Amino acid sequence: MYLLVIDWIFLLEKFILVGFIVTLSLIIAMYTTYAERKVAAWLQDRRGPNRAGPFGILQPLADGGKLFFKEEIIPLASSKFLFILGPSLAMITALLTSAVIPWGGTLHIFGKDVSLQIADINIGILYIFGVVSLGVYGIMIGGWASNNKFSLIAAIRGASQMISYELAMGLSLLAVLMLTGTLQMSGIVGNQIQGSNVWHVIYQPIGFFIFFVCALAECNRTPFDLPEAENELNFGYHQEYSSMKLGFYLFAEYINMFISSAVMATLFFGGYDILPFVDETKWGLSGNMLTILGFCALMAKTFFFLFVFIWIRWTIPRFRYDQLMNLGWKKLIPLALANMIITAAVVLWLNK
Amino acid sequence: MQLTNRSIEVSRKPLTWLEKLYVWNIIKGMAITFSHLFKKRPTINYPEQKRPFSKIFRGLHVLNRDAEGRENCTACGLCAVACPAEAITMEAAERLPGEENLYREEKYAAKYEINMLRCIFCGLCEEACPKDAIYLSQTFAPANYARKGFIYKKEDMLIPHPINEPEAYQKALGEKSVKN
Repeated sequence: MYLLVIDWIFLLEKFILVGFIVTLSLIIAMYTTYAERKVAAWLQDRRGPNRAGPFGILQPLADGGKLFFKEEIIPLASSKFLFILGPSLAMITALLTSAVIPWGGTLHIFGKDVSLQIADINIGILYIFGVVSLGVYGIMIGGWASNNKFSLIAAIRGASQMISYELAMGLSLLAVLMLTGTLQMSGIVGNQIQGSNVWHVIYQPIGFFIFFVCALAECNRTPFDLPEAENELNFGYHQEYSSMKLGFYLFAEYINMFISSAVMATLFFGGYDILPFVDETKWGLSGNMLTILGFCALMAKTFFFLFVFIWIRWTIPRFRYDQLMNLGWKKLIPLALANMIITAAVVLWLNK
Repeated sequence: MQLTNRSIEVSRKPLTWLEKLYVWNIIKGMAITFSHLFKKRPTINYPEQKRPFSKIFRGLHVLNRDAEGRENCTACGLCAVACPAEAITMEAAERLPGEENLYREEKYAAKYEINMLRCIFCGLCEEACPKDAIYLSQTFAPANYARKGFIYKKEDMLIPHPINEPEAYQKALGEKSVKN
């Protein structure tokens, strides 16, 4: 009965880690909504929410409570099963991606090495791409099940946009994979830490730029927020949704933002590496301390990207649909291809 | 035909390849919004901070009393005549013996109403009054749920008694105490 032997401690450790990461991403998503409103206000010379609690810090709780107590409406002509499946799928796919991101090094607790990564699978980045493209179904199913023209148009826009930008995103990533030679997330971070400790953004500035633009498009953020264009499609694919189902869609968007920021930090900005060009192990800090500092560094990078996301949203107007497609297919994909080929040539030339 | 020389020719040149990448203009725009992070915000946090009213602000009406606490109003009706919005209604009554401590003259206003929804706060009633019985204060009419709530009765507008409630009287007098 060797197969039935289960390492309970291992299971417990992973459960705690999963619980921690999921709670963390939910809390961060909550407070990203708050940050969104605050930063928007600051950029527009306003003050933003400041009534609920000190500095309005309880505003997300109030918003969540409001959403929970709103009337739950399922339109009569909608397909009920799919109508509920849509937001659930959006939420699940948003949370799934956090599994393979290395949130830090290893912690040494109770005589055991605990890795801060939930699952160190060897196709990590491929897994992320797979799950993120599943996110299209959340939008597509929600828009379709609503049985409403605006929602359907928005859903189709969303799907086509995400599919087109995934291409350029994948191509820009290939260049990084050529540098690392692995799809494993921990391997990609390790590649940036070991040796001279150079972050990938230094080798791949164009690759990072393309990845960033595509991440904006994948998260349906401005300037690519055509699926939820309030003023042309009246709220897009979540128009028929109310109460917490709408909340799930909005929440999934913010979790996606958080995860894609974390992915960008991991792939291009050294993940949990604290400073580039510096060997942190020589600082004489204990291993646990370094791990915690590394986790904080990753969070700081992620928050920076979140800020940039918000900053872009309140600066740039929405693209027209043809501009969006032109940019995706005629600019970013050729650019990504060229970047990939040049990287490949340089890698080959250096290895000779 | 050109009426002014201010019109600007719109450039309809197709975008160059670099411009089509949008990057440079987007960076410029983002620099502008970023600079707004450090600008002073003009908002005043209302309930905590209040903007001071001007010295000549015309707000809610106050019916005045004299130094002994007797009502000044004689219900002459000049304010009602002067009112361009026809917001003032009153009914006069004769002072009975023994009421000398309540009303200054032999005639007084038994009913005095101002409809604050009609009132335009022009202050002509204040100017028309020969007895210095009405003036506009530094507060404005608070919100209300019913129209009825905006019809202010005499009790709503009468200034506190200067001898019985001197503090409230001074407060209600506000800036006007300097003028009188």
